[in-house]
Amino acid sequence: MRYSGFRVLKEALTGHKGWRPAWRDAAPRPAYDIVIIGGGGHGLATAHYLAREFGQSRIAVLEKGWIGGGNVGRNTTIIRSNYLLDGNEPFYEFSLKLWEGLEQVLNYNAMVSQRGILNLIHSDGQRDAFTRRGNAMILNGADADMLSLAEIKKRYPFLNTADARFPIKGGLAQHRGGTVRHDAVAWGYARSADSRGVDIIQNCKVTGFRIENGVCKGVETTRGYIAATKVGCAVAGHSSRLMSLANMRLPIESHVLQAFVSEGLKPVLPGVITFGAGHFYCSQSDKGGLVFGGDIDGYNSYAQRGNLPVVEDVCEGAMAIFPMLGRARLLRMWGGIMDMSMDGSPIIDRTHIDGLYFNGGWCYGGFKATPASGFAFAHLLATDSPHPTASAYRFDRFRKGRMIDEKGMGNQPNLH
Amino acid sequence: MIIDHPLLGPRDSSEFTYMGDAALIDRPDPEAEDAAQAFYEYAYLRDNPAGWHRELWFHEAGDRSWLVVTRNTLTHEISKVELARDVARSRGRSR
Ligand SMILES: Cc1cc2nc3c(=O)[nH]c(=O)nc-3n(C[C@H](O)[C@H](O)[C@H](O)COP(=O)(O)OP(=O)(O)OC[C@H]3O[C@@H](n4cnc5c(N)ncnc54)[C@H](O)[C@@H]3O)c2cc1C
Repeated sequence: MRYSGFRVLKEALTGHKGWRPAWRDAAPRPAYDIVIIGGGGHGLATAHYLAREFGQSRIAVLEKGWIGGGNVGRNTTIIRSNYLLDGNEPFYEFSLKLWEGLEQVLNYNAMVSQRGILNLIHSDGQRDAFTRRGNAMILNGADADMLSLAEIKKRYPFLNTADARFPIKGGLAQHRGGTVRHDAVAWGYARSADSRGVDIIQNCKVTGFRIENGVCKGVETTRGYIAATKVGCAVAGHSSRLMSLANMRLPIESHVLQAFVSEGLKPVLPGVITFGAGHFYCSQSDKGGLVFGGDIDGYNSYAQRGNLPVVEDVCEGAMAIFPMLGRARLLRMWGGIMDMSMDGSPIIDRTHIDGLYFNGGWCYGGFKATPASGFAFAHLLATDSPHPTASAYRFDRFRKGRMIDEKGMGNQPNLH
Repeated sequence: MIIDHPLLGPRDSSEFTYMGDAALIDRPDPEAEDAAQAFYEYAYLRDNPAGWHRELWFHEAGDRSWLVVTRNTLTHEISKVELARDVARSRGRSR
């Protein structure tokens, strides 16, 4: 069923009796060409691009809970392509371009809103670093704009620009950045994949791999054995647990990241603001809630809930530059499990086991990557070669010393 | 989270910095045949278990001792806190 303005009118006049579920509740078949593990944004996008761009069929997505119940439904919805390093920037810019056409391709309103993102600058050194980053972005076909303090004050009059520790001196803006409704991304990809014949199988947890003579033959699940020619893993924060079933150890630690949303307010914040020095970032959802967050809690966790010191830290950052937030009541807070990699960058690669492929290490920034990650993983699964924009995301970069370390923090996942 | 420091008693976890898996105490032998492989695994690969995890915490805003904390990554419950020095010595690292 195609969604359109005409369809809405027709349904309005006929008592809304014609709407159908957006995807089938598929039961597992005994065998598939390609099985994707994980019904988050990346797994569902992979299935969509496999079917749409790479002509693959007989595909299943296995999800242990319900689709969209993981990080794709927990993140703070920011999209951007403001990276510095060559291994990253072409990939994230490819992703931003895919976001720009996504709703037409999916025939689904994902509320892609290019309201712009602003990274605040507080010192001369930071201005130099952000100028360099902006130039790297422009060289890779992205947009970047250095804003003066006057321009920032005009756009965001409520900002405290004279904080004693971190006075605001300017900012790096990416006007094509913005936010996307996260749940709609999962649902839109699921609907599109389903309409192309992909089986989306929920409540189906993968509990083991059947590996014979170094070849992956299929997966054991809570709904029985499923044979597959190729298996792609995209389970984000659960990557280490899943891959340990294939006796693999990963360059990943799982950490919890918290997010917060205030009560609904009238429109006050037109774009996304990040205050990196104070560990705080914020945007306003279309419902009116101020959506904000900060650092990961900093220790290994699978608990999907954080602790109070980071809540305090985030709120301190907020009050420093955004004092009006102190008047808003907090509505909800939650946590998600991040697959923090050793250099802060992701992996999209084959494993040493034939037929077994891996996508993970997204840290706290994988939502913006969803379209490109799905595209690149589909490319790898279909052609057995990496997509040009993802060719640096290999497992062996750690062994070879070719880390993609945007922050220059070294092998300390909690610092990326 | 409250970490029951063996010398100082219960302390707030925010006084500490976190260094990850306590297996980092067992530094590989740089003279060994397979040193390159062993150091690659030591530096970059982690078990990252869901459940009990022995990990290094540094009392940075306190007495600056290193602790080995046994903590459940599913519940954040802490079952054991040791001085990293004692753990290292018990593993033959007394030099
Ligand atoms: C609080 C928070 C804020 C964030 N903010 C941003 C942001 O502003 N911008 C941004 O770009 N990124 C952000 N992120 C990161 C982003 O959400 C993630 O990197 C991204 O969603 C991960 O990919 P995914 O959508 O495929 O993961 P998920 O949605 O977590 O999908 C993985 C799925 O795998 C399933 N699974 C796990 N194990 C198994 C198994 N054994 N068998 C079957 N299924 C299994 C899980 O149930 C889950 O549904 C944020 C994350 C959090 C938690």
